[in-house]
Amino acid sequence: MVNYKERLDRTFAALVDPTRRAILARLERKDGASISELAEPFAIKLPAVMKHLDVLDEAGLVTRSKSGRTVTVRLRPQPMREALEWLRRYEHFWSRSLDRLTAYAESKDTEARRRGR
Amino acid sequence: MTSLTLVRRIKARPQVVFDAVTTAEGIAHWWGPDAGPVLLSESDPRVGGRYRVRFRMLDRTEHESSGEFLEIARPERVVLSWRWTGGLEDPGESRIEITLRAVPEGTELTFTHSRLYDEDSRRGHEKGWTGSLDKLEAHFAGVAAAG
Repeated sequence: MVNYKERLDRTFAALVDPTRRAILARLERKDGASISELAEPFAIKLPAVMKHLDVLDEAGLVTRSKSGRTVTVRLRPQPMREALEWLRRYEHFWSRSLDRLTAYAESKDTEARRRGR
Repeated sequence: MTSLTLVRRIKARPQVVFDAVTTAEGIAHWWGPDAGPVLLSESDPRVGGRYRVRFRMLDRTEHESSGEFLEIARPERVVLSWRWTGGLEDPGESRIEITLRAVPEGTELTFTHSRLYDEDSRRGHEKGWTGSLDKLEAHFAGVAAAG
């Protein structure tokens, strides 16, 4: 069982690379692609694409299934959702805090003006 | 995507907002995501000075964060380092930048929390990260919108 923090580490580490993000974006548009289809738009060799797929696979962001000689790659969005939820917690935290800051600063300003400062 | 920007329009003068943001007394009044109390607030708002905030949430969990003032220009701009202190999840040090701009009704505050994750592995990848992940995020936003 890999813990939450390790999973997030892997997800973000996988997402940090532009080629891997492009692979994911492509799988979003059309899920289920062969490795050579995925390699097509990139100016890199097949083994390099395989390496990227290993990283994505380890992060749980894609699955690979073999049928005959063809490997089909599919998107697995769960870790991505988890990463986004993690980010959303920060958004919630600061959004509420800034609402409170707004209310506080406004009352301080009103108070200061009343005192003629 | 590992940075977050929020904007608020506040009916108060920039210097009032600035002090609310940077002083221990100010921080004690607003820091935290719900009506739970700030238990401890320390702040030394000058370059190299540190701050520390501990708050309790309504669910009774307590959280503490701390950091250093990296840049300070009253009443326009403050940059802080930030990290959770002593928590189970410590994704490392991140950066908060707050800029204040005088507008007719008071102040426009822009808050950016950046380098939220795994900065070490991201060095050199700064460009391209935010923009290209936005698309992915947009796609998944529909799926995860419940949160």
